[in-house]
Amino acid sequence: MLTVVPRKIVSFEDEMANFSFSPAKSKKLALIMGYKKHRIAAEGQTASDFCLFGLNYLIDNGLLKKEDVDALVMVTQSPDYQMPPTSNVLHGKLGLKHDVICMDINQGCAGFEVGLIQSCMLLEQPAVKKVVLLNADVLSPKVSRNDRNSWPLIGDAAAITIIEKSEEENPVYANVKVDGTGADVLIIPAGGARRPHSEETAEIVEDEAGNKRSLDNLVMKGDEVFNFVQREVPPMIKHLMEVSGTDKDAVDWYMFHQPNKFMLNKVADAIGVPYEKMPANIVENFGNASGVTVPTAICFNLGAKLETGSCKICVAGFGVGLTWSSALLNIGGLDFCRLIEF
Amino acid sequence: MKEKIIRILAELRPEFDFAKEDVNFIEEGMLDSFDVVSLVDSLDREFGISINGIDIVPENFATVESIAKLVTRNGGK
Repeated sequence: MLTVVPRKIVSFEDEMANFSFSPAKSKKLALIMGYKKHRIAAEGQTASDFCLFGLNYLIDNGLLKKEDVDALVMVTQSPDYQMPPTSNVLHGKLGLKHDVICMDINQGCAGFEVGLIQSCMLLEQPAVKKVVLLNADVLSPKVSRNDRNSWPLIGDAAAITIIEKSEEENPVYANVKVDGTGADVLIIPAGGARRPHSEETAEIVEDEAGNKRSLDNLVMKGDEVFNFVQREVPPMIKHLMEVSGTDKDAVDWYMFHQPNKFMLNKVADAIGVPYEKMPANIVENFGNASGVTVPTAICFNLGAKLETGSCKICVAGFGVGLTWSSALLNIGGLDFCRLIEF
Repeated sequence: MKEKIIRILAELRPEFDFAKEDVNFIEEGMLDSFDVVSLVDSLDREFGISINGIDIVPENFATVESIAKLVTRNGGK
């Protein structure tokens, strides 16, 4: 597993004046929510650029052979083009063989888990022995810098997870749920087929809370997201534990999607898991890069531990869609588990 | 308990009078969603509890009375 984060670091303290918070309120929220610094892509850098950098790193370091790639699954909400799929574009840039399945999946916060499930399904095919799962998002260009709900949290990143068939018994338990009635809870209203970009959609409008954004920008109904997570995630994890016959205390790590520190700590309380087992340190160090936060959490917090040993890990993602998903699996003996900068 | 709650609210938003009755703090704009987050953090620390995430809904933060009930329900004394 390899996570690639931007070199550019932006600090909340430097941006506080952009938001309608008093300085005292800003400082308190920084501690509670985990606003500290986030990694933002340089102008012109796209999600696929981060993927390509990471893939070339793996190839150049002998950690991945091009000829071994049987499937390229790209989970992103920030594709290079409306068409063709970004996975196809990467296939071309890497010069991979023709016998490869390329697919783009438009998923966000639950993107790692959905990608993992898809990758496992592909590996059921006899001809597919190795899947390259890419989770990548550069959403910062779509978030208004004057939106206090979203800008302090946003981060850009990519992660590459190599999943392959094994002779060893290593079950992966997973579940995924969707509630499409909540599709507008996290949305970029314009720029797609439903409402194409125009001068009108680009107009900045100030809302009641003093946030300034256009219809081309991401908008998040924070209260609804919070309530959804608290309502749906703990029962999802409970169900996962029941189906897998696992005691929650037997799980070594809960590597969950990182919306913000406060929300995640409340989830940990509801599930009955100590904070030490559910790290909530990704927003404050890198920002929330949607589906990439789970592999970022794994690489940042566990890293070399997973190269030399093995852990029972529960991963979970929840948000955009609304989609929520989790998986329980043993991860270990990895050829690499690192975080690099681009 | 109510005095503690009023003190915490006053520290959070000193420009408002939270001791007034018949005022809905949320509807009147005295507390926004980020204030509620800060308030929950302060209540958790003050009373040594962890307010259940499910209970963090606007109606539970509308008055001192509703906040006191919330704290009690979550084990605060």
